[in-house]
Amino acid sequence: MLAKRIIPCLDVKNGQVVKGVRFRDHEIVGDILALAERYRDEGADELVFYDITASSDGRMVDRAWISRVASAIDIPFCVAGGIRTVDDARAILANGADKISINSPALESPGLIDEMAKEFGVQCVVVGIDSKRENDDTVVYQYTGDESKTVRAKRNTLAWAKEAESRGAGEIVLNCMNQDGMKNGYDIKQLTALRETVSIPIIASGGAGALEHFAEAFEKSRVDGALAASVFHKQILTIGEVKSYLNKRGITVRI
Amino acid sequence: MTIAIVDSGVANLTSVRAALKRLNAEVEITAEPAKIRAASHVILPGVGAAPAAMSQLQAKGLIDVLRSLTQPVLGICLGMQLMFDRSEESGGCACLGVIPGDVKQLPAKPGMPIPHMGWNQLSIQAAEHPLFKGIPDGSFVYFVHSYAAPVSQATLASCAYTDTFTAVANRENFFGCQFHPERSSAVGRRILENFMRL
Repeated sequence: MLAKRIIPCLDVKNGQVVKGVRFRDHEIVGDILALAERYRDEGADELVFYDITASSDGRMVDRAWISRVASAIDIPFCVAGGIRTVDDARAILANGADKISINSPALESPGLIDEMAKEFGVQCVVVGIDSKRENDDTVVYQYTGDESKTVRAKRNTLAWAKEAESRGAGEIVLNCMNQDGMKNGYDIKQLTALRETVSIPIIASGGAGALEHFAEAFEKSRVDGALAASVFHKQILTIGEVKSYLNKRGITVRI
Repeated sequence: MTIAIVDSGVANLTSVRAALKRLNAEVEITAEPAKIRAASHVILPGVGAAPAAMSQLQAKGLIDVLRSLTQPVLGICLGMQLMFDRSEESGGCACLGVIPGDVKQLPAKPGMPIPHMGWNQLSIQAAEHPLFKGIPDGSFVYFVHSYAAPVSQATLASCAYTDTFTAVANRENFFGCQFHPERSSAVGRRILENFMRL
């Protein structure tokens, strides 16, 4: 059976791994390669690297570390941050990344999703969505790497996810901004609504803080993967603990 | 011992080369027939579509070179599919024909997206085979594919998704892995190590 994936997310800023609370106040948590290797050894199924400053600065993610990661680790990894063109994506994939993830640039020009899917195959193309619950609706936010530049993208989250899927996204990472860094659980309601909207794999993001949060996302929202950052960086939980807990609850994980 | 990674011109070879280097192997990425023939082991990687990959091999004059190899050869993902008689991908094409059978699109099923992507389990049929030394039945490996070879006499291990398909194939000195050993952590590393000892 296809395993549910546990995915540590490494937010990269100026060549260091950082983590903020609710997208602000970034603190340095460590060296990219050292953390990547630690998570691989702990049993991470995949890694995501987000250059959180890239899009809002209008510059491209620095690529030197990508080939270092590709040479050192033997699990798949995804690179996100300021990927604006098919050529940007090609360079990152050529450096050994398995997937690229686009967020703000896809909102600026949704046709980018079609172009990348056609060029590299849908399996390489992940669309990240930063979503916030507002009143009874969920809305998409853009340029979330820099609080002073963050804007509401005037799009409904579910409609945008559906559009991304039809354009060729192979996977969606739904980052629920209300929950990010709060460690009080994934936004189950929002994730379940997304599950009922798209059939491509969904990765839950934002809010993991305890073992049962992971189980809830898989059991209630039927997501394919769960992404977490602070809970792993701060060693509140190890990936091994999470997987062994899920396994006992009858959820298929790679142990 | 020198391992030749066949440079088909379409595949990203970084990860495969890095995985072999981590095993301290002498690795050369090459499209030169003499170097491929002289290698102790040959790896045929591949991403993309089968017809494009076959045209590349044709253009580089490698079709007969690969067919006539007698040392252990390992096809990875699309590289494995190219070892069969035919693939129905993108209108279909004849392949190398060193392992009998045709490669077909994985069937669609509700709630199970294609491509089949992620960690899935090996069901090992040939447990005694040296390729599986130290690999328990049910081990997880990393797959990314939309096409696969049906289970046949050439199947050493299978995997179940929308259908049960061949995860590891073998005929004589030709081996194929539908998954990516270079991205399959310790299990993948062990399979590459076992292959290097064949």
